[in-house]
Amino acid sequence: MTVRRFLATLGPGVVWLAAFLVVPAVIMFGYSLLTRTDLAQVGGPWTLENWQRVFGYDALFREWIPDNLRVLWRSLWLAALSTLLCVLMGYPLAFFIARQDDRRKNLLLLLLIIPFWTNFLIRVYAWILILRPFGLVPSMTATFLGMVYAFLPFFVLPVYASVEKVDWRLLEAAQDLGAPPTRAFMSGVFPQTLPGLVAGILLTFIPALGMFVVSDILGGAKTALIGNLVQNQFGQAGDWPYGSALSFLLMGVVLLGLWLYARTAGQKGLEELL
Amino acid sequence: MKSRTHPALTAWAWLTYAFLYLPILVLVVFSFNDSKFGATWAGFTTKWYGVLFAREDVREAVLNTLLVAVTSTAVSTVLGTLIGFGLWRYDFRWRTPLTFLLVMPIVIPDVVMGVMFLMFYAIVRGLLERSGWTYENGFWTVMFAHVTFQISYVALTVRSRLAGYGRELEEAAADLGASPIQSFRQVILPLALPGVLGGALLAFTLSLDDFVVTYFTSGSGFKTLPVLIYTAVKKGVTPDINALSTLLILFTVLAILVANVLLRPRKERA
Repeated sequence: MTVRRFLATLGPGVVWLAAFLVVPAVIMFGYSLLTRTDLAQVGGPWTLENWQRVFGYDALFREWIPDNLRVLWRSLWLAALSTLLCVLMGYPLAFFIARQDDRRKNLLLLLLIIPFWTNFLIRVYAWILILRPFGLVPSMTATFLGMVYAFLPFFVLPVYASVEKVDWRLLEAAQDLGAPPTRAFMSGVFPQTLPGLVAGILLTFIPALGMFVVSDILGGAKTALIGNLVQNQFGQAGDWPYGSALSFLLMGVVLLGLWLYARTAGQKGLEELL
Repeated sequence: MKSRTHPALTAWAWLTYAFLYLPILVLVVFSFNDSKFGATWAGFTTKWYGVLFAREDVREAVLNTLLVAVTSTAVSTVLGTLIGFGLWRYDFRWRTPLTFLLVMPIVIPDVVMGVMFLMFYAIVRGLLERSGWTYENGFWTVMFAHVTFQISYVALTVRSRLAGYGRELEEAAADLGASPIQSFRQVILPLALPGVLGGALLAFTLSLDDFVVTYFTSGSGFKTLPVLIYTAVKKGVTPDINALSTLLILFTVLAILVANVLLRPRKERA
């Protein structure tokens, strides 16, 4: 490709992404090696302290205090649990929609998308009104419920897309060969929905892992999840270097997950997903 | 298609829909509640809508949100379409790194994107101040940040739209005497158009709904609707915010219905 052609097509976008994505990432890495001087002020000396702290070593007390690993663990666990509930609720729903006639199918899809297009914060906030009489706000249960609620449409849509394409003849074939219903489903239908299922799980799990808004509004606690921990460093705690290192930890976990997925599904799987 | 489903599946589906609509229903009901402090019903009123319309900050936030969404969608659609086209048209060595770069804004948690921009803009401000310039975080910082995550969605949508077509198209156009620009405008762009429009719509929606990145890049003087709602939620919501939510929901439903009506005839023709 010639330089001129590059400049005319990919060039402007690549320059943009380099300036607004690569440079900020490099800056963030630089910040993670600096020290907090005053409130929200940053300066020398260069140090690895923030990275040690991320992995639980407290330089001040010279001991292991893996508090934020605990927070990370809790975030992973909560994200996994929310994703699981989305699977339990959303997977059957995708089948229900896919098996309607065309008119009802469109209507049901529309009904699924309307809440999804309604402002996210408003939908989360509404749960305060519902849960308050039960004394459930703020709490981890409320956070969990809010997450499932917020991500359910994200989960159902890709699953629906692959259920739509299912070749039902395989189910009939399995039944003809004498497989009991569960077995027929598991061997005839389930594998065909797998790409959508994985896409849905990633679309739910990744944002759930980095989430700070839902736990902020419904959970109360300031450092409940890793997302809150990051946000807090850039807000009240005013410790940008430490916040930067934590951001890299969060990003690392997400990328690790995607890498593991790409390894099992192959390059093609990842490209199809995106 | 077979429309019979197992009763248990049907029941499960309706329960899930109920779960999705319960909060929305509650918001709508409470926007007509004649009580300032929420949870008890004190009679029907429409006064909160009046209170809402009198709020200048809400009007300004709506305007800001639309301004950012329109501008950033326009910029990202142009840049993203060109990238999508380039990815389809040319072979080049750093194809994989570029794809990786495009995927990043989609997979990086938005809180990380937000703080990344916060620090980046702080550095830029520092540098500019040294050379005598000064600026505040506001429209431009938010708009630039939105473009950055929108580009990927547009580029990938356009690329997957073009993926079905062979490159011979461009060669054929060239053989018939079209310049590269002519073939792009008259052959490629019309084919890519559904992808371009789809990508633009996605970008627009993402911008309208974005809270996290906007929150970290907007500064104190510039509020979009999601940021305003967040502030309201943190302070303790007043019923006029319920009224605002109800209007937004109503607007969404209307927009979807209108889009559906507009799109239907085309679908039947195809």
